[in-house]
Amino acid sequence: MQRTLFDKIWDFHRVGERTDGRDLLYIDRHVLHELHAHHAFARLEKQARRVRRADLTFAVQDHTVATAPGRDDATNPSGSAFIKAMREGCRKNGIRLFDIDDPEQGISHVVAPELGIVLPGATHAVPDSHASTVGGVGALAFGCGTTELTHILATQVMALKRPKRMRVRLDGWLEAHVSAKDVALRIIAEIGVAGARGYAVEYAGSAVSAMPIEQRMTLCNLNIEMGGRSGFVAPDDATFAWLAGRPFVPQGARWDRALAHWRTLTTDDGAVFDREIALDCAALEPQITWGTDPSQVVGISGRVPDPATLDPGRRAAAESAFGYMDLAPGTPLIGLPVDRVFIGSCTNSRLPDLQVAAAIVRGRRVAEGVVAMVVPGSSSVKREAEALGLDRVFREAGFFWGESGCSMCAGGNGDRGLPGERCISTTNRNFENRQGAKVRTHLASPVTAAASAIAGRIADARQIAPGAA
Amino acid sequence: MEPFSSHTGVAVPLIKDDVNTDQIAPILHSRGLKEDYRSMLFHRARRREDGSEDPDFVLNKPQFRSPGILVTGQNFGAGSSRESAVWSMLANGIRVIVAKSFADIYHENCLQNGLLPIVLGGGVSDAFIARVIAVDGAAPFTVDLAAQTISGPGGADVAFEIAAADRARLLEGLDDIGLTLKHVDEIVSWERRAQAAQPWLQSTWDSR
Repeated sequence: MQRTLFDKIWDFHRVGERTDGRDLLYIDRHVLHELHAHHAFARLEKQARRVRRADLTFAVQDHTVATAPGRDDATNPSGSAFIKAMREGCRKNGIRLFDIDDPEQGISHVVAPELGIVLPGATHAVPDSHASTVGGVGALAFGCGTTELTHILATQVMALKRPKRMRVRLDGWLEAHVSAKDVALRIIAEIGVAGARGYAVEYAGSAVSAMPIEQRMTLCNLNIEMGGRSGFVAPDDATFAWLAGRPFVPQGARWDRALAHWRTLTTDDGAVFDREIALDCAALEPQITWGTDPSQVVGISGRVPDPATLDPGRRAAAESAFGYMDLAPGTPLIGLPVDRVFIGSCTNSRLPDLQVAAAIVRGRRVAEGVVAMVVPGSSSVKREAEALGLDRVFREAGFFWGESGCSMCAGGNGDRGLPGERCISTTNRNFENRQGAKVRTHLASPVTAAASAIAGRIADARQIAPGAA
Repeated sequence: MEPFSSHTGVAVPLIKDDVNTDQIAPILHSRGLKEDYRSMLFHRARRREDGSEDPDFVLNKPQFRSPGILVTGQNFGAGSSRESAVWSMLANGIRVIVAKSFADIYHENCLQNGLLPIVLGGGVSDAFIARVIAVDGAAPFTVDLAAQTISGPGGADVAFEIAAADRARLLEGLDDIGLTLKHVDEIVSWERRAQAAQPWLQSTWDSR
């Protein structure tokens, strides 16, 4: 019987069936963050339960940490209680914490793969909807709530209904300055914000195979924005090369054995999916959102759509987005004045994201009046970028260069825009008020964000030659 | 978890699709470990730009000040996994949400907290929405989970479907962890099998 990769991973990890019919799925790697973990620690203590496998559990401080240089617990006053509760909970429960001053601190979805904590074919859970970012290395990951997080701490399993299977086939070479971010936004535009609800999504095809691992993570990161339960890419030689030598990856004979297994992590020819969609990426231009949900997307050379041309189900949302975004149907995206630019978040804050943005910025200046910031996804990414001199490139151009964390993605650390500002952001959600009250967010790739910071208007990176050395 | 048998309350029509958890439970500037979930619910949507209450927002209308049931559109609870988007409903007395569909994580979070998520199919849903709008909070509706019906003014009882296991869990208010720990022997034997088959999954060793 031909099986999909999803089935192979699920079936291996299926501990049993609970009396209520849910599958108990073993979680190999559980990563906590400070915004939600304190509730779980308090509940466990109240219930006199212990953490079953502290050795398979890790923790990061990411959602509430300040990004200002020299930050500490108190720099973001509304975060300090969370940060301290996390530290105390991890100490009491014997969980390895990447604390605010740890050289490997960062966003959980960036830190877990870069340290090799998550592995191909492993299951992974984070109390955060962007958990499936690590699907980029072939892990099966689930976002969860706080009660489920407590459940995983106590049992090391999740009680889940088996999702359906979807395959998204992406073929064709991506043109220069077109990246996984653009591909993902286009998919969400095509199938909608609930298009993958109930599905575990495998991304496959020549365009995916050609993507570096960091871009595969961007692709899988945005899976939740179309409602997907999980999203992943089958691991291949590029994955194995990327993982080799990372600190928590098995070494020596154990690596050889793991590698032999990982090579079997493919969908069998002829395996059946519940839904399949395909997208030719060859003609794709950079994409950008114009509205207030991640499916309201156009190509960068496009215009704000006329609601009459939209699917009837999407018209009401579009009508309400026009007012919030202060845009009229038919307005070209290119040229819209920009107040703020944010490059960062679990979507687009890995080293290659910063490299391509820096290539645009090098030797140029952020336009007058634009507030532009870069927040690396982890302290390791920050260090590597600094070793390459990227911090200088950004700072000399007028960007703020921050300490690592989630920052302006959800604003949980106080990094926010001002009312009425138009913000080009490499994050994942353009919801109303998410990046600050009345902030008008346009989601785009790092190169589009960088080009727009320089132009002071929404700009097409393809029309800007790489910066002078 | 508090068992759910039936719930009677005013049904509030919030007829929109894709209401996300940033809208339901926004991350506010001043927050702490002990949050005010009651005031968190639709905190921004309830207010005008100057911070005063927006009288047009449905939950601010006099007839909907003590809500019991929320009635809404497709894909309710999209976005962030934050469970505060469920706790803030409960803190305001809302123990039932009737939607055309729910986002996956939000649906799970409801079940974990004794908040009954009811999915009504297209035609039934539209008829029920019309009824809730017409009643306009003048009289309450009653949701009976055992009978799987919604009853109230303006029409016949509406039957709804729910997975038998979810229904049982809500009716009994079962402790989810307790339920899973009945399988602890299976968990232990899975760990043994994994240790033999894929030992790298059962340990995390920092090679440095």
